[in-house]
Amino acid sequence: MSTGVVQPTDRGDLPVEAPLEEASSTPPRWYALVWGNRKARVGIVLLGFFVLVAVLAPVIAPYDGARTDFEALLPPSGAHPLGTTTQGGDIFSQLVYGSRTSLLVGLFGGLFATAIALVVGLVSGYKEGTVVDDLLSFVTNVALVVPVLPLMIVLVAYSDVRGLPLLVFVIGITSWAGHARAKRSQIITLRNRDFVTAAKFSGESTFRIVFREIMPSMTSLVAAGFVGAATGAIGAEAGLSFLGLGDPSSISWGTMLYQANAQGAVAQGLWIWVLVPGLTLALLITSLTFINFGVDLLSNPHLREE
Amino acid sequence: MRYFARRIGFFLATLWAAVTLNFVIPRLQPGDPAEVMVRKLAGKDAQLDPAAVTAMRAMLGAPDGNLFQQYVDYLKALSHGKFGISYTYFPYPVTEVIGKALPWTLVLVGVTQVLAFVIGVTLGAYAAWRRNTRFDSLVTLGSTFVGTLPGFWIALLLLFAFGYTLGWFPTSGGYEDSMPGWNPGFVGDAALHSLLPAASLLVTAPIGWILGMRNTMVMNLGEDYIRLARAKGLPDRVVALRYAARNALLPSVTGFAIALGGVLGGSILVETIFDYPGMGRLMGEAVSNRDFPLLQALLLFIIVGVLVANLVADLLYGVLDPRARKAGR
Repeated sequence: MSTGVVQPTDRGDLPVEAPLEEASSTPPRWYALVWGNRKARVGIVLLGFFVLVAVLAPVIAPYDGARTDFEALLPPSGAHPLGTTTQGGDIFSQLVYGSRTSLLVGLFGGLFATAIALVVGLVSGYKEGTVVDDLLSFVTNVALVVPVLPLMIVLVAYSDVRGLPLLVFVIGITSWAGHARAKRSQIITLRNRDFVTAAKFSGESTFRIVFREIMPSMTSLVAAGFVGAATGAIGAEAGLSFLGLGDPSSISWGTMLYQANAQGAVAQGLWIWVLVPGLTLALLITSLTFINFGVDLLSNPHLREE
Repeated sequence: MRYFARRIGFFLATLWAAVTLNFVIPRLQPGDPAEVMVRKLAGKDAQLDPAAVTAMRAMLGAPDGNLFQQYVDYLKALSHGKFGISYTYFPYPVTEVIGKALPWTLVLVGVTQVLAFVIGVTLGAYAAWRRNTRFDSLVTLGSTFVGTLPGFWIALLLLFAFGYTLGWFPTSGGYEDSMPGWNPGFVGDAALHSLLPAASLLVTAPIGWILGMRNTMVMNLGEDYIRLARAKGLPDRVVALRYAARNALLPSVTGFAIALGGVLGGSILVETIFDYPGMGRLMGEAVSNRDFPLLQALLLFIIVGVLVANLVADLLYGVLDPRARKAGR
């Protein structure tokens, strides 16, 4: 499962935007910049759709997603748009309610991982060359080489309480390293930029340089990091749930696939049950990937100018 | 020389961190880990058998004493290769259980990783060379799209299409009825069984290499030495392969360990789906049977495997790129 999607640098299909403004002024109409990118627009609309479905789940879904008292293995019909599972659950309702789990884990797992990455990365980079940096960099490098999924599996397996908070915690604590390293190198390069040197010569305080000069130019990088972390968290939740390590009290697309696999849906040819949760998962991840194309435009003017 | 010393130092430090992590994780829970394990094994309400608790304590390498003493004993047990007894495969030690599964995963993940690297780097280099053409956008957009698909879901679909519907490949297991051994019948059988799992991993595995290689190569193509090579009138093939691609390959080497970790993670899910007799399926089994000694040993084996791969990649990078040695990083 690839979580960190590397993005190509020079894309010719991007619209030419206004030239980058001075670093000292506030970023120009960031929302317009993101919205102006076709891919990002598709992503935002798609994500908006998923959020709407998640919020309105009780209205959209014909039944409670947890209900399993229908006749098993019904084919798609008016009463059950996507049929029922071997345990008598309504697939469409499960699908609708499952969007909540993915979005929640994406939001909070992404936030948690981003917060750790920011603290570790910015402190480490700002204190470059000191003992603090050495220590934090070492921890980051260790966290970077340790394979994430096996570690998450073991951490969840050892816990007595299963649930969404545990998943969010485990995902956050294991998947911040790449983002932290990026933040570290970004603050190091930004620290040596001309505008920072100019600010230094004009007599601004260190505090002001870091938070008023450097931070604003990093906002879009933080946002991109968050979207990436959220994407990874959604994928990780699906993988863990697929192994039966998910939240037993709520429905997710990962648990749907877990049950489908455990009940032999593939062997019995129940393709809707297998196809649909993966498809929605892929669509949600696609929407976030597309949004990140737009966010990249904010941080990398080269993508705009071409 | 300093570069190599640093890399080996980092390897040893990470190894220590991994071993210590493995010691800490079971102790993060409140209570006596041995007691907790026995309770988990026997069920929540079961009567605690003191003998079982003592036996478990011995297995955990944490007989008595304070945390430091436990840690020392744990390291001692590890250095003697004692990882405890598996619950699932009682009374076999976990090392023996893992030993049986190891070759399967080693071959599956090893072959997939190498193939993914070759495919990814080739596609990425060609896309960069022909950048902004239809081939380039096909490759980059295609990779981005495929990268959004959950790997284990692809495995389920392949199993459905080629295993059950078309019946081209076996649907589960690592071999049919031939006896494991180095005879052509068994090797062919095992290869046939590993085709679908390998294909599942191969759908997503090259993506990181494709995009990474393309990015570095595009950057390299703007360098002066490429302009010089062209000015000298060297044929395109030489400029592309011996100048640009050769240099663009270097950063890919360092990404090897992280990519390997990703493929190993993917193989846990894929092996579970195909009931493939490797370490991934074993991990799934250990999770559902709450076989903690096996689970922990598996985690340690996987981490150490990735760390060794990382060390090899780092050392190789030092040999290949003199700049890395000079910078001392």
